[in-house]
Amino acid sequence: MTVAIDRATGKRRGEREPRPGPAQRLKNGFHKHWYAYAMVAPVAVVLGVLVVYPLVYGLYLTLTDATSLNTARTIGVNHIDATYKFIGLDNYADILWGPTAYDRFWSHFLWTGFWTAACVALHYGIGLGLALLLNQKLRGRTLYRMLLVLPWAVPTFVTVFGWRFMLADGGVINTALEGLGLPTPLWLEDTFWQRFAAIMVNTWCGVPFMMVSLLGGLQSIDASLYEASEMDGANAWQRFRYVTLPGLRSVSTTVVLLGVIWTFNQFAIIFLLFGNTAPDAQILVTWAYQLGFGQQPRDYAQSAAYGILLLSILIVFTSFYRRWLNRNEQQLAI
Amino acid sequence: MSTTTVESSAPAGERRPVTAPGKVRGRNERSRGASLASHAVLIVASLTALFPVAWLVFLSLGPDKDDYLHPGRIWGKLSLENYAYVLQDTGFFDWLKSTLVVVLGTTLIGVVVAASTGYAVSRMRFPGYRKLMWVLLVTQMFPIAVLIVPMYQILSDLQLIDSYLGLILVNCTTIVPYCAWLMKGYFDTIPFEIDEAGRVDGLTPFGTFARLILPLAKPGLAVAAFYSFLTAFGEVAFASTFMLSDDKYTFAVGLQTFVSEHDAQRNLMAATAVLIAIPAALFFYLVQKNLVTGLTAGGTKG
Repeated sequence: MTVAIDRATGKRRGEREPRPGPAQRLKNGFHKHWYAYAMVAPVAVVLGVLVVYPLVYGLYLTLTDATSLNTARTIGVNHIDATYKFIGLDNYADILWGPTAYDRFWSHFLWTGFWTAACVALHYGIGLGLALLLNQKLRGRTLYRMLLVLPWAVPTFVTVFGWRFMLADGGVINTALEGLGLPTPLWLEDTFWQRFAAIMVNTWCGVPFMMVSLLGGLQSIDASLYEASEMDGANAWQRFRYVTLPGLRSVSTTVVLLGVIWTFNQFAIIFLLFGNTAPDAQILVTWAYQLGFGQQPRDYAQSAAYGILLLSILIVFTSFYRRWLNRNEQQLAI
Repeated sequence: MSTTTVESSAPAGERRPVTAPGKVRGRNERSRGASLASHAVLIVASLTALFPVAWLVFLSLGPDKDDYLHPGRIWGKLSLENYAYVLQDTGFFDWLKSTLVVVLGTTLIGVVVAASTGYAVSRMRFPGYRKLMWVLLVTQMFPIAVLIVPMYQILSDLQLIDSYLGLILVNCTTIVPYCAWLMKGYFDTIPFEIDEAGRVDGLTPFGTFARLILPLAKPGLAVAAFYSFLTAFGEVAFASTFMLSDDKYTFAVGLQTFVSEHDAQRNLMAATAVLIAIPAALFFYLVQKNLVTGLTAGGTKG
């Protein structure tokens, strides 16, 4: 989804502003701010109308018992008015500790946590390994790089269907496994293997981004640092540990955060890989979608409540992450 | 991208003391074994990256819908029948049109609306600045589940379900803030001295932005446009929910129509997937150099 990595330049900026005399500063300040607000206005309006208003409306819906049966709708020429009621925080209570809360929320929550951790670890580990390999002087480097970026170049919704053909019972993966005398799991039917397959496909899709970003990071590390450390007698591992990793830190913290957000919110892969057939492999995002749009009657209120919970989880996570970075005096390049 | 090469970062398996006893190697040489191992790993990784796509292309050449189960039989009857069918007898061109309308609309709105904001947050500090940055950041974390229900209600009140405008607006919820972020990053790399020179010469901030910075920022605008394009192109959830009539499907939705509960025309699906993927991948490769630079420029220089 969204990509924005940039350096944090916040502090420096203030010093660069032109400094007129103190008497004029107020007046100029007003002008400066007036300009700033005028320039920010288009996005502020768009965000207000398209994000804040729906968010507030969604928040209101979570406090009601809205479903597709009692919201306002038009059937043919008849308009039926909404009849849903305000029920306070019941939806949240029901999701978090109502009967069967474990089966509906907590089991998906645990799986989503595991899914996010596993995918990001795999993305980062494999991405870093490949970036290190590609950062050597090597014949065919450009060709390798082009091939390795391929999963990123093809739209996800296309490749997922390719994976479905491969993972189907009797598809090429099981045929190959059979040929090797290995067991042939039901990738798209058995819960454990569904989860395994989901992580595998997401890893395949997500590695190129990490690889390219980390490769950029590696190439920005000053080569003289390596020379100096080598002069000091550092071996390859020590150079990796004390030069490469610190040099990658600002890129790493950023791509890991982005990776966590994207993986946590990864909708297309699980939705397209399994459709409605895998209740236990759904992560919270697809599960919320299923409540709101994948069943009859559609449970709008609960689906919206899941959405709010998901956003809260991400915001809490990001705040802690940033605080942890600040404590270690690292900067998030966001 | 820079071409600095770092020799010493051998993969985990190849770590060894720099000078093995008995032989002295120059700094820029690697052992033959390390080279071979690097190539081996990269070849395996490249094949893994390539295979699912290549397999899709291969399956698209088999005329039967169950050919994916017996790939061996495809060799005997390779044909482009699927492609002919998809192009002539399905909604392919309708989907193409919808996709282009939605994607170009979203990109245009995203870039135009976000440009001045990106500049403002890059150059100016004003009360509310931190809040705005926070909103832009948080918007990038929105799971689709947060907005999809209220958006559905609002759009149906406005009779915008199943309309291009509705989908464009919904896509803008993520694309606009993200373009603003991306362009802020790009504007940050343009020296502030240019602005100062412009001001000294009597330009207003608007004038500086429009006449000095925007022309310089064309590559940044292009990167933002490419990203919006690719993001909107790959968008699945909103498109699946808000587009109801099959001549308005985008590719992401249209492709799902080949598989219903009772029938799966996998051969046609494969052919359509290839028809979508090849131009998309070509486009990606055309712009990837810019994309990658735009992506990593800010993050790595800081």
